[in-house]
Amino acid sequence: MAKITFITNDGEKTTLEGTSGSVMSLAVENGISGIDGDCGGVCSCATCHVHVAEEDMERVGEASEIEAVMLELADDVTEFSRLSCQIEISEGIDGIVLTVAE
Amino acid sequence: MDDPMKSQEVCAIIGASHAGVNCAFALRKEGWKGKIIMYDGDPELPYHRPPLSKAYLSAGDIMGLTPLKSEAAYLKEDIVLRLGTRINAIHPKRKEIILENGDSQAYHKLVIATGARPIIPRIPGIETATHLYPLRTAAHVNCIQEAIKSGAGKEVVIIGGGYIGLETAASLKKLGANVKVLEREERILARVTAPVMSDFFHQLHTENDVEVLTGKNVVSIESNGNQNTVTCEDGSHYIADLIIVGVGIKVNVEMAEKAGIKIKNGILVDNSARTNDKDIYAIGDCTYHFNTYYDRFVRLESVQNAVDQAKIAAAAICGKEAGYNAIPWFWSDQFDVKLQMVGLSEGYDEVIIRKENTDNCFSLWYFIGDDLLSVDAVNNAKAYVWGTKFLKSRVPIDKEKLKDSTVDLKAIPKV
Ligand SMILES: Cc1cc2nc3c(=O)[nH]c(=O)nc-3n(C[C@H](O)[C@H](O)[C@H](O)COP(=O)(O)OP(=O)(O)OC[C@H]3O[C@@H](n4cnc5c(N)ncnc54)[C@H](O)[C@@H]3O)c2cc1C
Ligand code: FES
Repeated sequence: MAKITFITNDGEKTTLEGTSGSVMSLAVENGISGIDGDCGGVCSCATCHVHVAEEDMERVGEASEIEAVMLELADDVTEFSRLSCQIEISEGIDGIVLTVAE
Repeated sequence: MDDPMKSQEVCAIIGASHAGVNCAFALRKEGWKGKIIMYDGDPELPYHRPPLSKAYLSAGDIMGLTPLKSEAAYLKEDIVLRLGTRINAIHPKRKEIILENGDSQAYHKLVIATGARPIIPRIPGIETATHLYPLRTAAHVNCIQEAIKSGAGKEVVIIGGGYIGLETAASLKKLGANVKVLEREERILARVTAPVMSDFFHQLHTENDVEVLTGKNVVSIESNGNQNTVTCEDGSHYIADLIIVGVGIKVNVEMAEKAGIKIKNGILVDNSARTNDKDIYAIGDCTYHFNTYYDRFVRLESVQNAVDQAKIAAAAICGKEAGYNAIPWFWSDQFDVKLQMVGLSEGYDEVIIRKENTDNCFSLWYFIGDDLLSVDAVNNAKAYVWGTKFLKSRVPIDKEKLKDSTVDLKAIPKV
């Protein structure tokens, strides 16, 4: 089980609990605005872009090669950018804070 | 004049799939304060279609459908979902739609997002075949999975070597079936890619023990109750206990046509997804729309188009003029190969192949003269991304550099 906090563009903070699956699915299931997941989570659309809080980056890990390339299609990319469909929920990421990119 | 922001106004949406659902949410984002009521004949909470032939099918029972949005999200945005409810007619003069139970619903704005249905070709014996299904809906996949559970699915014949047929072949192969793909044309994917790509996928399937047979026009299907014999024009026969039909789609436009809405290879819409009736919009697979980038009308079958048109229609309904000018993109997953496509290749006069140093990693670049039209990338997200950028900026490409994989993609524009 992991608690994940999303900060959306309007500044709203939502903390959700998940046990498995991707962070994108958790966000979509709970209607987190700004995470669309148009491709259903296969790293093809870049509509699930989040910024990982700096202090959580190490635990979340860096983007894979394909993901990093796909991120080039997103706006506002930083070194803390990830595509949330590529982040698996596990206890290891309990407590992380993600800001939805726009 | 209608005020789109009035809270008593109704926007009705027919069809709750990629296009309809995204439109409903985009309407709220654009500030639509009125009611939103969305109808679909399908009883399932609206779901992603692409996984149906990919992960969802090969996962057997383990994986659930991937919902487009959660139930909670519809509630939160005050979007009324009427699932399992078909719409039978549109009355533009009275501004109402008629539900299948005869009830009517008035609208101020109407969005038609009725998509498409699979074509079932008129092959003698097709109605009486055992375990024969198309693949477009969750119900279709459930039928296929039930058939497999009942012991069928050992000998599978797939009619049609397009993306859905090939993805289904790969997924059923993973479940251990013997799979044959029967394609009428001389190569698979003939309608959508260059011959090199057809050859690549032909080989990929062959290597994975899927039999791909081309030039196979199915002329009859005979069932003995448990098994079918599929006969082709050239006299060949194939035994199948499960048949999947993937020969293309037919757009759902009959209801719109009856209502006097202009049809031309789909529901004809302008650049803001509006039909010839100013209060009726159409979005997604069912539309024939203008693509500014390619300067022509097109009909597309893709999630990208459904989502982007949905947003354009929502903006237009809320009184903001936004024109549709997206560059189409698409993907397909088969075995461990990821194909990503951007642009429309139709009309090309040259294809350049760029092979990277890794196995099974290459891209096709389609040109007309010096203009880049589209890129198909196989296990090569980089080519897909740079292709997208070059298309967007319309920079001229140095073809010699493009062919040379030692030149970084970044550096292939002409200087
Ligand atoms: C197996 C499969 C794999 C695919 N893979 C990909 C892929 O990898 N990438 C990609 O980009 N695209 C893919 N597609 C295409 C993509 O799914 C479609 O382009 C997309 O679903 C179009 O969305 P839509 O909302 O326009 O239409 P549809 O998804 O067809 O939805 C139309 C909806 O309208 C409803 N409806 C129709 N008439 C009525 C009526 N009279 N009353 C009430 N409801 C009605 C239908 O029940 C349906 O739910 C795939 C499609 C399939 C079937
Ligand atoms: S959901 Fe499409 S890239 Fe993440």
